[in-house]
Amino acid sequence: MTDTIATQPIEVTVNGRQRLLDVAVHHTLLDVLRDDLALTGTKECCLVGECGACTVIVDGRSVDSCLVLAVEADGAEITTVEGLAVDGTLSALQQAFLDTGAVQCGFCIPGQLLSGTALLAESPHPTVAEIHEGLAGNLCRCGGYQQITEAVLAAAESADRAAAGAADR
Amino acid sequence: MHTFAYARPTTLAEAVALLDAHGSDARLLAGGTDLVIRLRDGSARPAMVIDVKRVAELRPAIREDSGRITISATTVMTDVVADERMRRHFPALVEAAAVVGSVQIRNRATLAGNVCNASPAADTAPPLLVYGATIVAKGAGGTRRIPLDEFFVRSGVTTLGPGELVTAIELPVPRRRMGATHVRRTRRRGHDLASVTLCCAVDEAGVTRLAYGSVGPRPLLRIDESGVLADPFAPADARTAVLEQMLADASPSPRSMRAGPAYRLAMLRVLGTRALATAIERLGEGE
Repeated sequence: MTDTIATQPIEVTVNGRQRLLDVAVHHTLLDVLRDDLALTGTKECCLVGECGACTVIVDGRSVDSCLVLAVEADGAEITTVEGLAVDGTLSALQQAFLDTGAVQCGFCIPGQLLSGTALLAESPHPTVAEIHEGLAGNLCRCGGYQQITEAVLAAAESADRAAAGAADR
Repeated sequence: MHTFAYARPTTLAEAVALLDAHGSDARLLAGGTDLVIRLRDGSARPAMVIDVKRVAELRPAIREDSGRITISATTVMTDVVADERMRRHFPALVEAAAVVGSVQIRNRATLAGNVCNASPAADTAPPLLVYGATIVAKGAGGTRRIPLDEFFVRSGVTTLGPGELVTAIELPVPRRRMGATHVRRTRRRGHDLASVTLCCAVDEAGVTRLAYGSVGPRPLLRIDESGVLADPFAPADARTAVLEQMLADASPSPRSMRAGPAYRLAMLRVLGTRALATAIERLGEGE
């Protein structure tokens, strides 16, 4: 079945919640997250896939949501920054960002967190070089790269401690 | 962004029929990392966008059969980089795919899209030329196999016919032992488009393949079968002469903003010399 109309129904799971939406086919996933779902944690910035402020995780992979049409995401599972904390408890990476002072103006942070989350899922013990490469698509105008790198390292360590603690019990 | 109709065919026949019906009013969408930017800035204004990601025959896949690796049209850079067979047989292509954009871009951008976009600076083009890639195209008239060297025309233009779409890229598994590398020059570290992008491979029979881009309207492939370049003990002036001949057709545009022509030509020689040395070294390591 081929649709040739200007809006199309899609079904997506956003932060664990199933959503049925009727989206304009020329709207990006970024537009729909922000304007239709009011998930404004995902930021709009360069709109050419260079800054990473709009990074979200789609089916386990980080993407620039400004370069994905919402209709392309039909059937996908999407995680935005609003989905990282569970029942009001920050994720280990979010907590590490606060602890290391990685959050300065905050604008790039949702994207940094999603890229960091995707990186840690893929590579639970990243080297500094892997963190630099993994987060190369996320620009920080405050220049907080050192702290952001430390935060990812700290989150990897805290995950190890949590796993060791669980093993001890 | 202007409005357009969106179609999501599920079979190759359906995709070809749509493309045939809409002609130049249609644009194909795979990863979208180039097309969505152009839809937004208005430099592409198709009436119809055909998303090929749900076409059953084009699903992301890297297959190996009878000495040939076939990469389907929707296979993204991340999958090219992660594939063990690709790493083993085509390491310079993996090196190139790994520096295209950022993680987010590589998670969406397809190898076929990088080729179809026909940017002179496409990083995967030089290794694909070096490894002898063939483009598989399908249209209403049937299937066509186009050697990649006969595919590129100039920036944004290929020999793909109207109504044809690329279904896969084929790579012959090298029969001879090979040492190869991809190198590039960018304005800054981190992700950036290449001011010069180059791939060099040397095989055990002494054949040197050199391909380079971002120094002219299309990427170029040059082959030295004399064995002079592959021989590190050949007289230096003889090797320089052969290399110069292979780089002679580079013609960087004075209008490009990333680097001036003189700089590009100088860097082309530096990168060519370095890549050749690395390729010879890697061939030696494989012994």
